[in-house]
Amino acid sequence: MTAIPTLAVFKFASCDGCQLSLLDCEDELLAVADMVQIANFPEASREVAPGPYDIVLVEGSITTRHDAERIREVRRQTDVLVTIGACATAGGIQALRNWSDVDGFVQQVYAHPDYIDTLATSTPIADHVPVDFELRGCPVNKYQLLEVIAAYLHHRRPNVSRHSVCLPCKRKGNVCVAVAHGTACLGPVTQAGCGAICPSYHRGCYACFGPAESPNVGSLVDHLRGEGVEPGDLVAMLRGFNAWAEPFRSASDRIEEGSRA
Amino acid sequence: MPDARTIAVDYLARVEGEGSLRVSVVDGTIEDVEFSIFEPPRFFEAFLRGRPFADAPDITARICGICPVAYQMSASHAIEDAFGMRVDGPLRLLRRLLYCGEWIESHALHVYMLHAPDFLGYESAIHMARDQRDVVQRGLRLKKAGNAVVGVLGGREVHPVNVRVGGFYRVPSRHELQRLVPELEWARAAAADTIEWVSTFPFPDLDQDVELVALRHRDEYPFNEGRIVSNRGLDIAVAEYDEHFVEEHVERSNALHSRVRERGSYLVGPAARYSLNFDRLAPDARRLALGAGLGESCTNPFRSIVVRAVEIFQAVDEALRIIAAYEPPPEPFVPVEPRAGVGRGATEAPRGLLYHRYAVDDGGRIVDAQIVPPTAQNQATIEQDLRAVLEANLAMADDELGWLLEQTIRNYDPCISCATHFLDLQVDRRSSTAGGSDG
Repeated sequence: MTAIPTLAVFKFASCDGCQLSLLDCEDELLAVADMVQIANFPEASREVAPGPYDIVLVEGSITTRHDAERIREVRRQTDVLVTIGACATAGGIQALRNWSDVDGFVQQVYAHPDYIDTLATSTPIADHVPVDFELRGCPVNKYQLLEVIAAYLHHRRPNVSRHSVCLPCKRKGNVCVAVAHGTACLGPVTQAGCGAICPSYHRGCYACFGPAESPNVGSLVDHLRGEGVEPGDLVAMLRGFNAWAEPFRSASDRIEEGSRA
Repeated sequence: MPDARTIAVDYLARVEGEGSLRVSVVDGTIEDVEFSIFEPPRFFEAFLRGRPFADAPDITARICGICPVAYQMSASHAIEDAFGMRVDGPLRLLRRLLYCGEWIESHALHVYMLHAPDFLGYESAIHMARDQRDVVQRGLRLKKAGNAVVGVLGGREVHPVNVRVGGFYRVPSRHELQRLVPELEWARAAAADTIEWVSTFPFPDLDQDVELVALRHRDEYPFNEGRIVSNRGLDIAVAEYDEHFVEEHVERSNALHSRVRERGSYLVGPAARYSLNFDRLAPDARRLALGAGLGESCTNPFRSIVVRAVEIFQAVDEALRIIAAYEPPPEPFVPVEPRAGVGRGATEAPRGLLYHRYAVDDGGRIVDAQIVPPTAQNQATIEQDLRAVLEANLAMADDELGWLLEQTIRNYDPCISCATHFLDLQVDRRSSTAGGSDG
């Protein structure tokens, strides 16, 4: 890395919430700005320095031919490429199009479909270019984001757990909403990182941090079916903000095939 | 000697999203102004079809990471309208409190991080912090105070998890809210200082003659409900929205522009809200606004930064009053009984009126959805402003003019992610005798 490492942020199809998480580091933002040169962060600054960049944060998924080209150009200018958030790591909520007829979507929303240039799919960045680290969450946890930036500034791997959110949920002292209240909860198959907030607010986890390491989705699906959750509702649960992440995608496809058979 | 110049700003910064501006000037006359959005379309309205009604607040929140609460509020109100239910009492006040938090956080972000640097000649708030660290830190602390409200009530700042149709999953204890009070008391004073600070900025002259549209409530400054009113005589219930407003898909853009059916372009957002609801502000907010040189209405969009500061004060003041009077309700939500129907909801997002309409079947599945975000409503007015600013400043050097045009767009705190996101600016200056007719 150069003397003062450069940090750049690039956006693809997304809501801006993950890059906003950097601006939401109210107590740390100015300290971060002292340690890196913010070379390209259009949401925060009109100053743009040309690449190459040491650390690049990529938000958003690939949904247009233009963006599929643009991410390859970004990769060419980047040393460490980190994807942030469910859109960049799993295709985001807009990956629901992957099960649908996008031309039909365009016609539903827009009067002049011919002005709209879009791909039939919304796909994660890693489907298009090599990615050095994927930070999950919809949105990402800002402290995990700071950890990832700090790690690469110090040439080490980020310390981000891949285990299920049930562990921090227990440590927090939450009453298990699934066991005690029969609430449908995706916690057992979902990666930690959010702080187990949904059960803390008396609702089931909706998997915004994506699949945990080696999730047993099939087993959870069987359990929830046994609890009386309808197949259609199970498919909707799994097809949320990380719908296109492989364990969720294949499990939801199996439920759909099963209910058709 | 051909009069041909080109200004290109490749990416409009300090807005939330991606768009472009192209201007062509021939013989000193503006031929065309195009403010386009090339944020890739995400098709929310289409993939909501077939989803359970309960998904609407969480899914539509993902339209915008800056104002997720606004989407959660409009979606909840619209679904509740379809089911013929009302949410009142402490639950209604908690929704208002959550919205106060988002207004504080979003407005503080815009005033300090995105807009003030334009007036003071800095590329960003981070550049500004090198000279005025205390001021930037005050802005960050204000933003944090707003985020703390959203955090306690919603579970997290971006995409809160605690909002549901009918109310909340869990309501806070008195103690949880009381802990917010000391920082909000600091924020009340800091917001008053912010009003004074921004009122000293140099404001370019621009007087808008435009239809202003906002909610108006019988006794509150509007957040969650009210009638939709304008300074041109519009006064309708939210249910009548589609009869009076029309969305058009504009060429070159992934966004839909809105117009008042009878009259054309209009403006939503802080300046509209303020001008139509000055008498609904808290007495101290009114006093501070007048003291800062704002009239009872604001028609210079560059002064919208002062209005945002006044609204930060209003939201902090309101938050403190809600917390002081708070008694936790016995249940965190009103029971929901799905039935087939059509429901509409409109609330005041930080950037202005946000309208949602859903048709739901008797199983509670969404069969049709329509979402009209504030930036889509303002886009035509933004183009008119750009034209007026260009006309008045054609003699300016290209890079200076480019920055002024960017600032003009930032007056609206445009959330281009919402309207479908930033800006590739090109000013093409040509002479009709130069023979360059490619644009």
